[in-house]
Amino acid sequence: MNSSPNRLVAAHIWVAFIAFAVAAVMGAWQMLVRSPIDAPLETAETYFVSVTGHGALMAYVLPTLFVMGFGYYVAMTALKQPLPGLRWAWAGFYIAAIGIVMAVVTVLSGQATVLYTFYPPLTGSVFFYLGVLLVVVGSWIWVAVMITAMMKWKRANPGAAVPLAMFATVANAILWLWTTAGVGAELLFQVLPASLGWTDSIDAGLARTLFSWTLHAIVYFWLMPAYIAFYTILPKVAGGRLYSDTMGRVSFILFLLYSLPVGMHHLFMDPEHGSGFKFLQMMLTALVTVPTLLTIFTIGASLEIAARLRGGKGLFGWVRALPWDRPMVLAAGFSFIMLGFGGFGGLINMSYAMNSMIHNTSWVTAHFHLIFGGSVVIMYFAIAYHIWPKLTGREARSLTPIRVQLWLWFVGIVITSFPWHILGLFGQPRRVSSFDFANPEIAYWGPWTTVSAIGGFIMLAGAALFVWNLATLYRGAAADRTMSYAMAVHQPREVPRVLNGFGLWNTLVAVLMIVAYAWPIAQFFFLDTYPAPVQRVDVGG
Amino acid sequence: MDEKRIVRSELRWVFVVAAAVTLMLVVIVATTLANALHPPSNVETIDPATLHIAGEFTEANLGTQENADGTVTVRLIATQYAFVPRCLPVPEGRPVSIRVTSPDVIHGFIVAGTNANTMVVPGFVAELTTEFDEPGDHLMPCHEYCGLGHSNMWAVLRVVPEEEWIPDANGRMTCELVP
Repeated sequence: MNSSPNRLVAAHIWVAFIAFAVAAVMGAWQMLVRSPIDAPLETAETYFVSVTGHGALMAYVLPTLFVMGFGYYVAMTALKQPLPGLRWAWAGFYIAAIGIVMAVVTVLSGQATVLYTFYPPLTGSVFFYLGVLLVVVGSWIWVAVMITAMMKWKRANPGAAVPLAMFATVANAILWLWTTAGVGAELLFQVLPASLGWTDSIDAGLARTLFSWTLHAIVYFWLMPAYIAFYTILPKVAGGRLYSDTMGRVSFILFLLYSLPVGMHHLFMDPEHGSGFKFLQMMLTALVTVPTLLTIFTIGASLEIAARLRGGKGLFGWVRALPWDRPMVLAAGFSFIMLGFGGFGGLINMSYAMNSMIHNTSWVTAHFHLIFGGSVVIMYFAIAYHIWPKLTGREARSLTPIRVQLWLWFVGIVITSFPWHILGLFGQPRRVSSFDFANPEIAYWGPWTTVSAIGGFIMLAGAALFVWNLATLYRGAAADRTMSYAMAVHQPREVPRVLNGFGLWNTLVAVLMIVAYAWPIAQFFFLDTYPAPVQRVDVGG
Repeated sequence: MDEKRIVRSELRWVFVVAAAVTLMLVVIVATTLANALHPPSNVETIDPATLHIAGEFTEANLGTQENADGTVTVRLIATQYAFVPRCLPVPEGRPVSIRVTSPDVIHGFIVAGTNANTMVVPGFVAELTTEFDEPGDHLMPCHEYCGLGHSNMWAVLRVVPEEEWIPDANGRMTCELVP
């Protein structure tokens, strides 16, 4: 890591994965607590401290820092220009790092056991919320740097098509700016004033609505690096080309449009909203499947090109001809399988009526662990493995530990999440620290919970091996530091303006958000609502 | 590979995707309407600070009430860290409306293994209507984090066969938990 820009990327990715490793230990321990097996240090307090820490680290720190680091890397390597505002980028990193330390210390000291979703009127120490806000502020600097980098490149290359990897990264930056508006408003106007003691009550319905604004779009913010790797790295590693650059652009634009006005599907079971807007947002949620389904086709076709170039034959027989020994290809294969199962579960969650069977049960935990922990995080691993030789200048000494690690993670998450789906259908609630398995009504949940906990420890082994690999494996032959992205079959020199920028799409997002959220938010100012008394969790227990 | 062929193949796929998404929505909407499945969406506000003093959710009104038309209404409060009352009798195979609210923080209501499910948000009354077809005790855990005692917040919904369904003169019915 000879140059400062590379250090910037590595610093972000290291912080992301250290947070991940700590949270993985917490996660495995939590599964033990929930199972019939005795866990060390098991109390309700330690459990919920751990759940708060696990959630905040996995949902806020890991993806945000990873997306930032990878974004900086893409901006430098895809645009082939120095990063504008390198100092700003470092400032953003340190602001986020201070926020992380602040939030983690507060959570571990038991002063903010409110889970990462906050749940006002429960109110913890102000330092937890400020810490999370600082991470967001750091990421806003990243957003500014990404947009500036693209604008600068466009000025230097008038009319040229912005490379797909950067186009997608900026789509994600803009998506993130929109995403953070909801939780930002909740924190600034409701939660922070309460935790500072300036207000003594909170409108819980409004808080839930603002959080729902963020809650689904944030998932797509997490997901985007995986899709960027599918479109711009995987086809090349597999030995082929991207089937269609245009389809990539269209998919990323659709993600920007449809991941935002859908958050109320998290509130189907909430009494503070009528069925009209729940129904509307369910319809919009269905549309967010479109870019994923388009991606499956385009990436499938891209992989088929690679496989046939390697002598693959048959309608589906070509799949065997793919270079499965390469970590990026193996990880993408696992990612697609998990995306399939997770997506199926998601269709149940998004369906207005069926959701009532599984809302807030272990089914939901299973769903997002499969999609985020599985499909997405395994691609974070693959991206890190892919760019590490270019950052460190050294190849991995062996690919075997990398393959073992990817297998461990895949097997672990399947064993963890499949029993959770079943337990969810039984009605097992999530976020409960311990169950009375002596009760005959739920005794049969015990074995499934145990199996799932075993999966958790396989995942933990995968997490540990991953960190070990990154820290020790890259000491092999000198590596080529050049990062190159997949070319499309017909690599465009120019594309229509609407596929090369976000002006129009930003306007459309604004329109969709007004349609989807204007009344659901405004109603709280027209209804006779009664705010709930603030309940502190940080003073006097 | 000819660019036009690529575009044609993509358009064919877009058509398949559009058809699949449309079919999915049609199935969801049709089953929702045909089975009258509606998540709690009554948008009914209530003051969490005074609900125990006056009105529908005072202690005397909590529990199971058979209405004149034979339907049943169950009123309960979810509070840290118990449901009041802790045992809820309901008749088998009859429409039951459940009305629940919270005086303190957010809670969750689910009858395990059924589609009776709602968030309980302070400031709002959640109402859901369903039927229970399996006689016996069904566990009713709080499914949303409400503080450190959350894991101990369980109640029981007891589905009573029609022949054992004998409410008192006021249409009230209660049950006791077997320890």
